[in-house]
Amino acid sequence: MSVQTLYDKLWNSHLVRQDADGTALIYIDRQLVHEVTSPQAFEGLRLAKRTPWRIASMLAVPDHNVPTTNRAAGIADPVSRIQVETLDANCAEFGITEFKMGDIRQGVVHVIGPEQGATLPGMTVVCGDSHTSTHGAFAALAHGIGTSEVEHVMATQCLVAKKSKAMEIRVEGVLGRGVAAKDIALAVIGQIGTAGGTGYAIEFTGSTVRALSMEGRMTLCNMAIEAGARAGMIAADDTTFAYLKGRPFAPEGEQWDKAVAQWRNLHSDAGAVFDATVVLDAARIQPQVTWGTSPEMVVAIDGCVPDPASMTDAVKREGAERALVYMGLKANTPISEISIDKVFIGSCTNGRIEDMRAAAAVARGKKIAANVMQALVVPGSGLVKAQAEQEGLDKIFIEAGFEWRDPGCSMCLAMNDDKLAAGERCASTSNRNFEGRQGQGGRTHLVSPEMAAAAAIAGHFVDVSKQ
Amino acid sequence: MEKFTLLNGLVVPLDRANVDTDAIIPKQFLKSIKRSGFGPNAFDEWRYLDHGEPGMDNSTRAINPDFVLNQPRYQGAQILLARENFGCGSSREHAPWALEDYGFRVIIAPSFADIFFNNCFKNGLLPIRLDATQVDGLFKAVEAHIGYQLVIDLEKQTISAPDGTVYPFEVDAFRKHCLLNGLDDIGLTLQHVDEIAAFEAKYHATQPWL
Repeated sequence: MSVQTLYDKLWNSHLVRQDADGTALIYIDRQLVHEVTSPQAFEGLRLAKRTPWRIASMLAVPDHNVPTTNRAAGIADPVSRIQVETLDANCAEFGITEFKMGDIRQGVVHVIGPEQGATLPGMTVVCGDSHTSTHGAFAALAHGIGTSEVEHVMATQCLVAKKSKAMEIRVEGVLGRGVAAKDIALAVIGQIGTAGGTGYAIEFTGSTVRALSMEGRMTLCNMAIEAGARAGMIAADDTTFAYLKGRPFAPEGEQWDKAVAQWRNLHSDAGAVFDATVVLDAARIQPQVTWGTSPEMVVAIDGCVPDPASMTDAVKREGAERALVYMGLKANTPISEISIDKVFIGSCTNGRIEDMRAAAAVARGKKIAANVMQALVVPGSGLVKAQAEQEGLDKIFIEAGFEWRDPGCSMCLAMNDDKLAAGERCASTSNRNFEGRQGQGGRTHLVSPEMAAAAAIAGHFVDVSKQ
Repeated sequence: MEKFTLLNGLVVPLDRANVDTDAIIPKQFLKSIKRSGFGPNAFDEWRYLDHGEPGMDNSTRAINPDFVLNQPRYQGAQILLARENFGCGSSREHAPWALEDYGFRVIIAPSFADIFFNNCFKNGLLPIRLDATQVDGLFKAVEAHIGYQLVIDLEKQTISAPDGTVYPFEVDAFRKHCLLNGLDDIGLTLQHVDEIAAFEAKYHATQPWL
């Protein structure tokens, strides 16, 4: 096949073998490991007296359970502590590189991989975490896997897989002021639904995507899984190379030049055929806010909470009715009239330096509203935190009334102490607004960092594109 | 992994779309370093009236009588009937572990999220896609008949209903083979160890920076 999609190229270059029914073994270049989905895999290896195939392909970090304050005291929750200690012990036993909790390189697994240059173009990347799709921003084939597959990749360096269909999501034009990559992601999910990408690998293309920074591209690919696609990806270009050059795990000197020469081929060829194509006009994307308990329950900031009665599909209508009860919202309420109790800025979706800068730019010289009980800023890694502090962003946040925390997954999934109480409403830059995601009974509205910061200041959602 | 061949089991209907893996097993239970014992906390936030934490004695907790799994007529169910996009969200394999530990062996839905679907097969759970109209019909039948059972025959790839209707279903040949024989993927893959090593050597020769 001469004309190939980026997905074809990545698939073909890693294909070890394929059976007649399409079941294939795909070679894996990089496995990222965290404390929640790995202990049972390590235990499985030990029980079967197996060892990891390629230790150098693995990079581990604790992120889901770690506290974001007072780290000197260690992890107070004994169950969380055991899980993190188990990761430390497993990495020590097998000789796997790990950035432990006290290491400045520690952070959310999907932030640290690219930050270290451990994610490179042309790679296959897996991790026992659905947001592994993030790494596709580097023209890598990256997807989340279950713990049995984590063990399988450890033992064999391969994944059993069948090729997905290919979907192109093309975004053309210039984004309006105050409109971020997160808004593109939410607008896409609003359009195709949370199952719209099921069975597909998505490639994001078009002038809008090309113009995004690597941070923005990562945000977009991160949310591919919320559209149902295991993998999201973007072609490699000079933006990709500029981001990676000089990073600790990236090649150097002559190797770098050779690598870049190969990486320049990591794009869909002209005329490549996709199984499905979705086109969005960037100029029509406004800042987005979710109103329900699924990321597809989303509207633009100038919109209203929809009325389930107007929905013709019975399953959708019942889902919306249930969501409104859970969210404590009434149909037809303008989004800008929804007031919030808490704010969370961080996560593998929006915990990078550019996200910190975008939120700080909105918060500069302002104060959070009296009704906002807590506003957390959780940088995605120790290095993001250090960079932000060097730029004085921490002071901007603290002066505005935000709390400046240590890196981790934090209130994105609330496995540590950072969580919502029942009934609390949060403007969050994370990726999932499922029931109970940020704490049992907690109510999540997904937004961009700019929108979260603006909501913190106003006490309710406001249109950052009009400020 | 436990083999799956034939099942004659009670069906429980979970009538909501987009059931995510956070709902199937809430995050606080993911702190366990074991792969067993998640069953009592499957659907924890819907199933109990209080907030569940690891280490609680679940037998003394107040159950939510409105939640379908708690209704007496559905006790002992092994087949979960669900709606669109079942298992969306997180890749946590704790979700199929919890369902399997609860006693389920089969999940029938119009569609599943990819990672969850894949994880089921690794744990002796059979996820079956039927078209939405057929699933709708099964919801009506289950609700109308107490003790409604289905016979799932993996070898023949059929679901047989009490009224004599037979629903054929699709299943990937490799996954079917693994389930029927209770085979572990790793052992199968390691049969190709020479091919993997040869691929790896050639691959790294062209990309020495990896």
